Amino acid sequence: MTMLSLSSSPHHHNRRDIGQVMRLVCYATIPGILANVWFFGFGILIQVVLAVITALVTEGVIMELRKKKTERVLKDYSAVLAALLLAISIPPLAPWWVIVIGTFFSIAVVKQLYGGLGYNMFNPAMAGYVMLLISFPMQMTSWLPPLSIAEQSHSLWDAIHTIFTGFTSTGFSVEQLKVGVDGTTMATPLDEVKTALLQGYTVTEAKSHIMFDGNYGKGWLWVAMAYLLGGLFLIKTKVINWHIPGSMLASAALLSLFLFLLDGDQYASPLFHLFNGSLIVGAFFIATDPVSASTTSKGRIIFGAAIGLWVIIIRNWGGYPDAIAFAVLIMNMAVPLIDYYTQPRTYGHKTKASKDS
Amino acid sequence: MFANYDKIIERISLNQLWDFPGGVHPPQQKTLSNQASIEHLQVEKTYYVPVKQHIGLEGKLLVSEGDKVLKGQTLTTSEAPFSVPVHAPTSGTVTKIANHVSAHPSGIPELTVIIDADGQDTWIELDPVPDYAKASKSELIERICDAGISGMGGAGFPTHIKTNNSKPLEFLIINGIECEPYISSDDRLMREHAWQIRQGIDILVHILQPKQVIVAVEDNKPEALETMSIACQQKINYQVVSVPTKYPAGGEKQLIQVLTSREVPANGLPIDVACIMYNVATCYAIADAIVEGKPLIERVVTLTGQGFKSPKNVWARLGTPIQSLLIYGDYDESQQSSPRFIMGGPMMGFTMTSVLTPIVKISNCILVPADDELPNPEDERACIRCSACSDVCPASLLPQQLFWYSKAKELEKAEEYNLFDCIECGACAYVCPSEIPLVHYYRQAKADIRNQKEEKEKSDKAKIRFEARKARLLKEKEHREEKHRLAAEARKASLSTDGGGAKDKIAAALARAKAKKEAFAKQASNAPHMTDSAESEKTKAVSVSEISTEVAVSQTAQGASPAKDGPEDDTAANKETTEL
Ligand code: SF4
Ligand code: SF4
Repeated sequence: MTMLSLSSSPHHHNRRDIGQVMRLVCYATIPGILANVWFFGFGILIQVVLAVITALVTEGVIMELRKKKTERVLKDYSAVLAALLLAISIPPLAPWWVIVIGTFFSIAVVKQLYGGLGYNMFNPAMAGYVMLLISFPMQMTSWLPPLSIAEQSHSLWDAIHTIFTGFTSTGFSVEQLKVGVDGTTMATPLDEVKTALLQGYTVTEAKSHIMFDGNYGKGWLWVAMAYLLGGLFLIKTKVINWHIPGSMLASAALLSLFLFLLDGDQYASPLFHLFNGSLIVGAFFIATDPVSASTTSKGRIIFGAAIGLWVIIIRNWGGYPDAIAFAVLIMNMAVPLIDYYTQPRTYGHKTKASKDS
Repeated sequence: MFANYDKIIERISLNQLWDFPGGVHPPQQKTLSNQASIEHLQVEKTYYVPVKQHIGLEGKLLVSEGDKVLKGQTLTTSEAPFSVPVHAPTSGTVTKIANHVSAHPSGIPELTVIIDADGQDTWIELDPVPDYAKASKSELIERICDAGISGMGGAGFPTHIKTNNSKPLEFLIINGIECEPYISSDDRLMREHAWQIRQGIDILVHILQPKQVIVAVEDNKPEALETMSIACQQKINYQVVSVPTKYPAGGEKQLIQVLTSREVPANGLPIDVACIMYNVATCYAIADAIVEGKPLIERVVTLTGQGFKSPKNVWARLGTPIQSLLIYGDYDESQQSSPRFIMGGPMMGFTMTSVLTPIVKISNCILVPADDELPNPEDERACIRCSACSDVCPASLLPQQLFWYSKAKELEKAEEYNLFDCIECGACAYVCPSEIPLVHYYRQAKADIRNQKEEKEKSDKAKIRFEARKARLLKEKEHREEKHRLAAEARKASLSTDGGGAKDKIAAALARAKAKKEAFAKQASNAPHMTDSAESEKTKAVSVSEISTEVAVSQTAQGASPAKDGPEDDTAANKETTEL
């Protein structure tokens, strides 16, 4: 009798595997990256390329050493995505070794030492980011002004040159590139406001700086909008749920609104917080990393909301101008607890998982 | 907590149903097979009728090898309450009664009556009920049982047991959802035999006296909705409801939730929320049994998938080997690199181990997918905790946690996360991006837990038996000791009158035996109460008693007069044991 081939139900699959999910997330970052190129130059593209290559090599070598199916692992695109997220989080003209070290750390230590995909407790990109920020504070805070107000413009070739040698092809340093048309050194909008507040100015006074265009840093608003577009695409295609981004943005907006109403001179408005810095990227692309986020619906709302709160708290009272990475890592640690206490009520059961027996 | 009767009636009449959490929308693929009428097949040469085709007990065989049988003749009895008889699908000869591959994922052979057809297809004398409205409830239930009807929607629960209800019933729900992709047997049955289904419902209404009948059909079957509406239109308390298409809306618990917002309590039955549900094919079979007097010997089976050149629905007799159906559907070998035949749908069906697997009462579909139609999954990857699975779980479970604990064999944890509330619908595995065969892990874990429980029960029983034996032995021992003491005293009395001699010898022997006994008793009481050591403890206990016997024997041999058994002795011994 012929042998029949056997398999276990269900025999159907929606044919969306990890690789496809991760690829969709990668694609969704494209509008944001393009906007970034438009406003801040080509640096980000080179960082992305460097990060992806480092990630693939690192993961590939580790897989070979651990005698795993290298190709199948690489094809899950999780390393690519982690690298990509780190690359878009650091200053576009940071020296090449910064992103290489950061990516290597993310993949080799944060992801693989914890057991590989699915086992890492912390978000690899954000853990890498924090490591870099602590180790190389100077390089990690050298943000460029938008091209429109920079004193020196730079080309693709300049960007490559700067990332690898520290100087543009015509000999300008990153420090010089940071100088704006008004002759002062530029920072990010969040930096600017933070410094101004420390010096005793009000938020409104800080925003009179040339880098601002009303409430938002020039360029930053559009970059944030582009990432928002990508994020909405992810929700639409059901790659991510609304829970985390929704609750994160809502809680950040509510807390900043509260503070703003309390004292508009000391605290920036909710819109300022939403569209400056990386809150949007964080909400749609970073906090939604499945592995290190909460897994229950209620839990995801708590997880997102708590990150939003932390972001605003750290931005206002912490030592760093932006706070996505710290906020995400803090909440990563709380995930097991959140998951445990937010188990859904199973069909036909009275309370949550009747586990008191 | 749940909506009350009036609220439900109001919402149903407005067609505002509730929803169940999760669910998926796999491609329907129904049009492949639902276009043409159900075809009748020629009589087969050989039928393989498994004795047990439902949940419960099998009946006792009424035929033996070599017997001539008629079409519809009862092959097994239905004496035990949970047993359902099976019937001969055609007239012919019982050639063999032996184990044959079963319609079960494992294919484990089961007792099967093998019948060679004589080609006459002669019915037994049919015995219909002329007017069921005049028949008693118990007579009708008995007839349903005798006709061999068990749930035809999937689970195969004996219909007569479900129908023998004494609890208050509000909703009699008729399930025409058929939410599994590909399958269209109920769809065709409703389109072509709505009237007979309605007759079946009428009979059930007569028996069960529900307040309201709800016929639920998924909105992807507009024709069936229409025919059922027409068939039910004269009855005011029959409502045909169009249910939004979503898998698994046809699950019993899910459908009750969609229609009534009520949830069947864990470990409970639908009747606990005043509902009873029947599949449309079951209603059809009930009408056949009562109105025509025909037992259940055939059912509609969908032959579908791109592996069939002409997918269709057929009336297949129970016991038809699927190899015949492959011929009827025009199986196209070139579509499959290795043959793969699924009984049931793509979500919950199982692959068959042999082409001789027979059609049974619950077989609604034979699905033969082309290689790229339903490809076997690739190797599973690690769970990325994406929760896609929990988002689609209709039971609101956390499939990734269940998977984690099932895989790690942390069975207690898995149970704590309500593993047994999983209905194995497969929605979670359908969406899992890591292609983890989640349901497979759950089945394994469930089986492991059941085995463990059985083992534990067994060992608990053994322990109880052992404890009882120990107590008994102890009692016997004390009893004997008491006797010896009395005997010794009697001896002492006689010795002191006779003068010493034998006295010293006996005393020495007794002291020796006592020392030995004590040593053993100590060991025995030190042994922990584990299953393993239980055995050794038992042997020890035995040896202790052997020694006492030895001593007793030696004493008797030495001519001491054994003390008489008296009631005082017994009570004393009893008292001792209870105090222990
Ligand atoms: S869908 Fe699969 S990968 Fe995602 S959480 Fe569930 S089991 Fe894990
Ligand atoms: S198979 Fe079980 S765990 Fe998976 S979705 Fe269905 S009920 Fe939930």
